[in-house]
Amino acid sequence: MSVNVNRFKCGYCGACVGVCPAGALELIETWIEVESTCTDCGICAKICPVGALEVE
Amino acid sequence: MKDKYDVIVVGAGPGGSIAAKTCAEGGLDVLLIEKRQEIGDPVRCAEGVSKDGLIRHIQPDKRWISKEVKGSKIIAPDGTEIRMSEGASSQKAGYTLERKVFDRALAQQAAMAGAEVMVKTRATGLLHSNGAVCGIKAMYMGENHDIKANIVIGADGVESKVGRWGGIDTTMKPVDIETGAQFLVSNIDAGEYSKFYMGGEYAPGGYLWLFPKGEHTANVGLGILGSKSEKGMALSLLQKFMKNHMPDARILEMVVGGVPVSGPIKQTATNGLLLVGDAARQSDPVTGGGIINAMDAGKIAGEVCIKACKAGDYSMNTLQEYEDRWRDTFGKSLSKSLKVKNMLLKFSDEQLNQLAHSLVGEDVSRMTLPAVLKILATKNPKMLWEMRSLF
Repeated sequence: MSVNVNRFKCGYCGACVGVCPAGALELIETWIEVESTCTDCGICAKICPVGALEVE
Repeated sequence: MKDKYDVIVVGAGPGGSIAAKTCAEGGLDVLLIEKRQEIGDPVRCAEGVSKDGLIRHIQPDKRWISKEVKGSKIIAPDGTEIRMSEGASSQKAGYTLERKVFDRALAQQAAMAGAEVMVKTRATGLLHSNGAVCGIKAMYMGENHDIKANIVIGADGVESKVGRWGGIDTTMKPVDIETGAQFLVSNIDAGEYSKFYMGGEYAPGGYLWLFPKGEHTANVGLGILGSKSEKGMALSLLQKFMKNHMPDARILEMVVGGVPVSGPIKQTATNGLLLVGDAARQSDPVTGGGIINAMDAGKIAGEVCIKACKAGDYSMNTLQEYEDRWRDTFGKSLSKSLKVKNMLLKFSDEQLNQLAHSLVGEDVSRMTLPAVLKILATKNPKMLWEMRSLF
């Protein structure tokens, strides 16, 4: 129950962090971390410009 | 690093560096932190700025100006071109920057003014005392530190957490963000004008841009409205454009990012905390431009911090001035732009073509943007009825 980040696609831009209603995402240097507060809403996956995020 | 500062600025982009520089010049003890180990990289920006906005803050320097453009061309979905020249429509064009060098130059100015600068240092939370923000939790090279400050300035960009930690809701809905992809391309004739391609085929709810960076190089990118985006759409639309319109172009760099287009949010300050730039969602809802607004906000924030420190009062009693000043200045144009954005979103490609055609025969090349919009409103009263009150 979380979001899967494809590190090989991710451009570490932080767009997903800005739209996460649960505040569950964080951009740390070159990777995204997902916290347990994620609600699987899927907004981040739609927003990602490169399609690096997938809701499991 | 000390245990306590007058002001801590989180994020060394243009807004943060100008804020830190302003505070330092006012004699304050300032710490500017940047989570990345390098300032200015990776770029998440199309790099276009207006000349007059830039000159308010820093003398143009050829080390970080890639190209001076003559003006801009807006291209309707059917290919109709509207030329707008620099000098007149200053919002539209001016310089294409080299952000990697520009951001570092601004941070250097802050440092030379006396600010302490720390890279590879990330804010992981805020310190609170008596209902006010009084510092940050930070991580430097994997080690945690509590650093106190009278005021924290959150200049931590589109992915800002500082506001949320301070109880300010900065979450954007999909309709409040443009999701973008850009290539730095070479082996093309970049031309002398910035170009803006409108239409759903290029960029639903946004536009596609070309900003010349040299004779044969340019930033070519697009932003689409979050509410119209599907997984990976920004990049795939850009790849499609490159294939169809620039088959010989060679890609030297890939840039991705999100741009706030929400218009002014309700709150950008609380006791002991100010937000500036993208963190405060201060980028323009139509153009997506945010550099100058961030610098303006950083300047105001710095000036307000100086006053607050003199008064020894870091509550909203003194910080309210920040809210008032930015909203009274560029905040007004953000509100207007938001209305224009919402109107543009309703138009079909045919209607955008019709608007472009109504300018054929008019010499708009030396007009300001509001003047052009006025002509459009006169010639297309039904379509642009909502816009009459704006200009």
